Parts: sequence; C-alpha cells; structure tokens
Amino acid sequence: MRFDLKLIASWIEPGAKVLDLGCGEGDLLLYLREQKKVCGTGIEQDEAEVAECIAKGLSVLQGDLNQEIHDYPKKAFDYVILSQTLQQVYEPDILISGLLRIGKKVIVSFPNFSHWSIRLQILLTGYAPKNQQLPYDWYNTPNIRVITMKDFRKFTRKLGYKIIKETAINTHYQDRHGSIIKFLPNLFATYGIFMIEK
Amino acid sequence: MSEYAESDTNGASVGMVEKQFFTFADAFAPMRLESGVSFGPVTLAYETLGTLTPEKDNAILILHALSGDSHMAGYYRPEDSKPGWWDLMIGPGKGIDTDKYFVICANILGSCMGSTGPSSLNPTTGKPYGLDFPVVTVGDMVTAQKALIDHLGISKLCSVIGGSIGGMQVLEWTLRYPDMVKSAVPLATTARHSALAIAFNEISRQSIMADPNWNKGNYYGGNKPDLGLAVARMIGHVTYLSDESMRRKFGRRLQDKSDFSFHFDADFQVESYLRYQGKKFVERFDANSFLYITKAADYFDLENQHGGGSTSKAFAKAKAKFLIVSFTSDWLYPTYQSKALVQAMKKNSLDVSFCEIEAEWGHDAFLLPNDRLSNLLKGFLERISHEK
Repeated sequence: MRFDLKLIASWIEPGAKVLDLGCGEGDLLLYLREQKKVCGTGIEQDEAEVAECIAKGLSVLQGDLNQEIHDYPKKAFDYVILSQTLQQVYEPDILISGLLRIGKKVIVSFPNFSHWSIRLQILLTGYAPKNQQLPYDWYNTPNIRVITMKDFRKFTRKLGYKIIKETAINTHYQDRHGSIIKFLPNLFATYGIFMIEK
Repeated sequence: MSEYAESDTNGASVGMVEKQFFTFADAFAPMRLESGVSFGPVTLAYETLGTLTPEKDNAILILHALSGDSHMAGYYRPEDSKPGWWDLMIGPGKGIDTDKYFVICANILGSCMGSTGPSSLNPTTGKPYGLDFPVVTVGDMVTAQKALIDHLGISKLCSVIGGSIGGMQVLEWTLRYPDMVKSAVPLATTARHSALAIAFNEISRQSIMADPNWNKGNYYGGNKPDLGLAVARMIGHVTYLSDESMRRKFGRRLQDKSDFSFHFDADFQVESYLRYQGKKFVERFDANSFLYITKAADYFDLENQHGGGSTSKAFAKAKAKFLIVSFTSDWLYPTYQSKALVQAMKKNSLDVSFCEIEAEWGHDAFLLPNDRLSNLLKGFLERISHEK
C-alpha cells in the first residue's frame, strides 16, 4: 500500500465508519477492514476499479464524488478521506464543507507544490514543473489546483475549520516507502496530510 | 427477457435438474391479494440447486423476469438443447456458486410455466381462468414466494437476486420482509416504470387484445391470439436491445436476398429475426399471462406503495445490504433509475454498492456472458456469507 495511505490508516480509530473518496482499487479500505475492523465505503468513478473493489468484497459506489456525497445524512461517517484528489477538484471549498457535513473528521492529502525541487525547476528552467508526484504537462494534467501546505493551512483558517493533525511526508520507491518530514515541511515534503474538523 | 443462454466456459454445469411444485392457500385459508381479492389454491413451480447447510444460512433466491421460469440452470433431460435461463451465472464455480449456496428459483404467480396463472384450471368451473384470474401485483408474487421459502424452512435468505421485473421483486422483498433478507441484488431494474416503459407494455397488450382470436381472454381450447402475442414479443425484444447492438447485429442487411422484394415479406435481417423471435415465443408463452405480468410491472411503484410518495421513506424499512447494477446501453431501465435507488439507500445509511457496467447489449446485458458481472456477484456474495 502507498506510504501516505499507511499513514492515513494509522490515524483511524478501530471500528470507525469511514468513507474513502476516489478509493481506486480499494487498497486502503481493504487494509482498514482487515487491520482495524473498520466499516468502510468507497466512491470511485472508474468502472473497472469499482468492479475490482466489489469483487474484493468491499462496499463501493460508482459515481462522481462531488455529486455522491450529498445524499448521506449528517455525520454519517467518523472519517471521510480525500487522498490526492483535492488538486483535481473545481470547487474545493464547497467540497470540503460538504465533507465536513457528512463526516465528523475529514482527512485530506495532496502533493505539496512548494517542494524545493518544484521551486527550483521554475526558477532555473522556466518551464511548468514536472516530477514524480506531478507527472503531467500543463496541457494534459488533471491537477487544476496548485496547493502548498501553507496554502492549505490558510484555507482552513479562512473557512473556520480546525486542523487536528498534520503530517508532511516524503515518499520514494513507487510511493510505497517514505519518511515523515519535521524540518521545513513546506520546503521538503512531497505530500501534505491534514485531518480537519468543524 | 430474451432467448439467450449458452453454455458457460467458467465453472461447470449443474447437470440434470428437476422441476418441483408447491401448493398452498386452500379454500379455508386463501391468499389475500393486494387488490383485496381472496384467492387460492396457488401452485408455484420451482427449482433448487446445491445443498442447504444445517444452519440454513446459505439460501439464495433467484427471481426471474417477465417471460422466464423456474428453470434457472442445468438441463431437464439429457437431450435438451438449451440449459436454464441463467446457466451462465449459476453452477459449480460460477458467479452464484452451487457448491457454496442453496439456490432457489420459483416461477412467478400469474405465469404459465407451471405456476398458477390465467391458463390454469379454475377449480370452481373446471375451465381455465382466463380473465377471471385476479389481477396480481409484484407484491403478490413476492408474498407467494415467501410462502415457498417458509415451506422450505428458511427464515433468512443470504441473498435475493434478480433482473428487470425480477429486480422489482428483489426490491419488494427487502421492504415487505426486511428481516428475511440479508442481502439483495437488483439488476437492470427500477423502483417504478417510466412512461416509456408503460407505453411499450401498453402497445404490447393492445396488440394481443386486438387479435381476433383473443376473444376477451377466452381462447383456451381454440385458436390462440398468437399473432398479437408475437407482435407483443417483437416490441419487447426491441426494448431489450439497443441501437448499437441492433446496428452491429443486423445493420440494414437483407435476409437471403440481394434486393428488396417489393412485397411485405421480411426483407431485412432484423425483420426476419423479430418474426422468428415472435414465432418461437408463442410456442411457449400464454398471451393472458403476458397481459397480467406486464400490468403488474406497470403498477409497481415503491415510492407510493411503501414510502407515501418518497423513495427514501420507502427504504427506511429495508435492512439488507445491496448491490445495484445497471448497464450503460439499457434504455428501458436507464442508469438514472438505479442511481435513484442508490440515493434513497444512502439517505437511510444502508450498505449499498453500485456499478454501472459498460455493455453494448441493452437491457438484456444481464443475461449475456459477462465476466465482470460474475466477479461482482461472486465477491459480493462471498462478503455477505462471511458477515453476520
């Protein structure tokens, strides 16, 4: 499992109710169910990945997460996870407020755009940055939002939400291993992970 | 439901199977229908495959669509050219694994495939019921199935699975007997017919009733309204396919000729195909049953029957874990109708999975070979059988 997902999993209480948005093939949900007896649901747009999840015995809905979150009752979940998707969302403020309606706590992770290598690329080459975390060209990237860890803190403050936990990580080996960054995270982290509440 | 059923490459055939019968609701304790009519006796034809565990916790009820029957898989006789209608899905090692589950399929009330319906003998007159047969609903079909499940000594079904009108019965089961249903799989179905679906059914019924042989439903022993029924089947068949599947299967190709006949013979392959499907259907199906079952499907409306006009209120009663599947090219029960079910279930915090399978073959896709559907069902059932 990806290192950032392992870290997110470590934040989740055993037996909790969890909604994983953009759950892919369900690695995190499967891990949470087996290791933490979590009652999990996923939402995923890709038919093949949804089918893979259901065949694994997971409870997953096919659909657009921006639409699908609206039908759940208030505080239906203990945790709602939005991992590495925020940078692709058109209206992040509306989405996050929707997530905080259906979940007591929301965990958000995203690639940190202020990593030193990205800063250096723009500065030295003059081209839009590309790296392992942001592998696309400017014209074909699904990542329409440029987010840094500092930006996200400012964003949550402005909307009046509380950050309960935050971690900065640096991953390597196809994102399966990594380390936690304590020193100048905004400069040295490839991903930021935040847990927020209302 | 159309006439597919080929042998499957995944898993094995269940082999020889036997049609069984169960009769209940005598004159002293008749069945009370939704219309208020007391009715009986009622016979259901059914088939069971696999073995019931001593705990009786591995039973799966399969619910068939309009023209289906209790013969879901395997063969009645070694010389049968075709197996049961869902042989692709049911058998040892298949999506619904008969090595693990005890699988039951009953023919619906009102049908003509062994269960009591308009072509059955009315015990008080000694003649077929015809239009004296009471109008039955999807709810009545489910009540009758419940009597059979009670008779088999099963208090909780591991799963209830069905497509199309069978899917309506699945939904009805979860609301009528919520404590008896651990999980439910409504495939290619809807909580209520659209005007489009009702319209096609009405055209089909009108075609039967316009046949001079129909004689207000009193045709048994004489000439049957076969032409009307054949046209009804042709209409149905078109709604089960899709533009894409018809284009691919037939296009504008001509049947056994190089030019138009300038008569009203079947020139195009699609015409000849529909005529063949219609002709084959009248050999096995009763026109009055077609009228009754399509009417039951049109009357079906979960919102009004169970939720006072609201689908989410209706599902407040449900306790089952759901797997809902729709197909991209199904224009009879399009995906938005499945999504409305998902939405209502989410509002009630029910455990629901949903997948829209990419398929070109229209509404009939759930009856065609589909590894994706087999794997979905296999994984879902595996989970359900391990959960409390």
